[in-house]
Amino acid sequence: MINYRQFLVDFPMLNKTMQNHRLVYLDNAATSFKPTIVLDAIRDYYENYCANTHRGDYDIAHFADVNYDKARQTVADFINADKSEVVFTAGTSMSINMIAYGYGMKFLKPGDEILLTEAEHASNVLPWFTVAKETGCTIRYIPLTKEGRLTPENVEKAMNEKTKIVAIAQVTNVLGYVVDIKTISKIVHKYGALIMVDGAQSVPHIKVDVKDLDCDFLSFSGHKMCGPTGIGVMYGKYELLKVMEPLMSGGGMNARFNTCGEVTLLLPPAKFEAGTQNIEGAIGLAAAIKYLDKIGMDNIEKYEKGLRDYAISKLKELDNVILYNETAESGIITFNIKDVFAQDAATYLNSRGVCVRSGQHCAKILMDFLGTVATVRASLYFYNTKEDIDVFVDACKKAGDFLDAYFN
Amino acid sequence: MPISISPMMMRQIIMDHYEHPHNKRTPNDDRYLKINMNSASCIDNIDVFLLVENGIVKDCCFDGVGCTISTASTSIMTDLVVGKTLEEAKNIIENYKKMIAEDEFDENLLDEAIVFINTSKQASRIKCATIGWNGLEELINESEGEKHEQK
Repeated sequence: MINYRQFLVDFPMLNKTMQNHRLVYLDNAATSFKPTIVLDAIRDYYENYCANTHRGDYDIAHFADVNYDKARQTVADFINADKSEVVFTAGTSMSINMIAYGYGMKFLKPGDEILLTEAEHASNVLPWFTVAKETGCTIRYIPLTKEGRLTPENVEKAMNEKTKIVAIAQVTNVLGYVVDIKTISKIVHKYGALIMVDGAQSVPHIKVDVKDLDCDFLSFSGHKMCGPTGIGVMYGKYELLKVMEPLMSGGGMNARFNTCGEVTLLLPPAKFEAGTQNIEGAIGLAAAIKYLDKIGMDNIEKYEKGLRDYAISKLKELDNVILYNETAESGIITFNIKDVFAQDAATYLNSRGVCVRSGQHCAKILMDFLGTVATVRASLYFYNTKEDIDVFVDACKKAGDFLDAYFN
Repeated sequence: MPISISPMMMRQIIMDHYEHPHNKRTPNDDRYLKINMNSASCIDNIDVFLLVENGIVKDCCFDGVGCTISTASTSIMTDLVVGKTLEEAKNIIENYKKMIAEDEFDENLLDEAIVFINTSKQASRIKCATIGWNGLEELINESEGEKHEQK
């Protein structure tokens, strides 16, 4: 359950100040704060069983193996996957790159098509550009609605027998709409194509069940869900993981090799985890997942929705705020202050202790949906409160005087 | 310009240069040196152009997208350096950077640029207030390097 008093104890960052104001952190789409329990788990590894994995000749190495393995099981349970389908990576970007290079590069041919949307994050666009360049396949974009939403109907219209991969975010990082992956998966599979879901902005906030969604791949990062940076997950259906190529090779991923170049790879997920892994990261991520599970993903989703509704209603009372995604379901609020450049607004909010992010978006999206070169994004998490929103809204109200921050 | 000008005047100067920036254009002349200053961590993306003739800054202009502070500081910079020798321009840049770093500096050299004296209070703004200046500094170095090669 949502217990803010407990969060104040659990998250040291919630007790900080910035520019002599209580810190109000609304940049959770960029990264999240970490509860002490995550840091404790990492510290416990280094202080009590610091050993490499896969070297189990002695007790502490065995213990490291067991805990690394348990971490994988924790992740698998969290997304309802099998443990063998969970590959640890450095984060969402690396996961998507591994899928693009490991699967796309191997199986796509000239004439094949990859479908993306214009609302995708660069990390779900650029790896596919490389695949298209190398394999000769084509990239097409599924049209979004006027509001900027991705609908199953538009996916259906964009699909054809040449479509091989559909790579889309479950929640996009600018517009924040929740995409109906389950329905889209059915459509994609009807055409014999695969669906890769970018879960960076969804897995931390809503219950994601890979079996229910029936997605073929899912990528997400640990640091946006209370875990440490440098750890993420590539989920893939086992049969797909078996046939795709590992991006990296080295120790820990091969069963045997000889000098003639014959290599026998280990089975997934070990096949994808060459070299010493981010053991502390996996252990920290597992601790974060247990923390989220204790609160309950359903509670988190419901609470964030309520907090978003509150923020939207308050922002709508102001006549100097332009909202770009009023109806989005996630905790991502994209806006501008009238006649104030996004970055000026964001740095003014900084002077009031509020962390938000200003950003520029790729040309097409801004022309079609936003009509501006840059926006400010506030993104919520379960440890944000109505008081945070009140501070934020009051700062927005006065953001027209953003040069105050410069002279006070 | 005296350092005692009021915050209200400082604001007015910044807003004037943001809303009506001076020398904001892309020259159609290949004698200009050009540098793109594209900050990875913010939205600012501006080109700075420099035309040097006989060791004098004949023209300096800029173009692109930037926030209030980067636009105004670059606009003021172009006003300050046009007509100066490269040595004088470098001295102005050096003193401006000293001001931003809260070191001792000669305010007589900076004229309107004095309005950015408070930048260090908002650490995230230091980049905005110096992006154009860093670009010009590199262009001057480039220009001097070329001269050196010709000798």
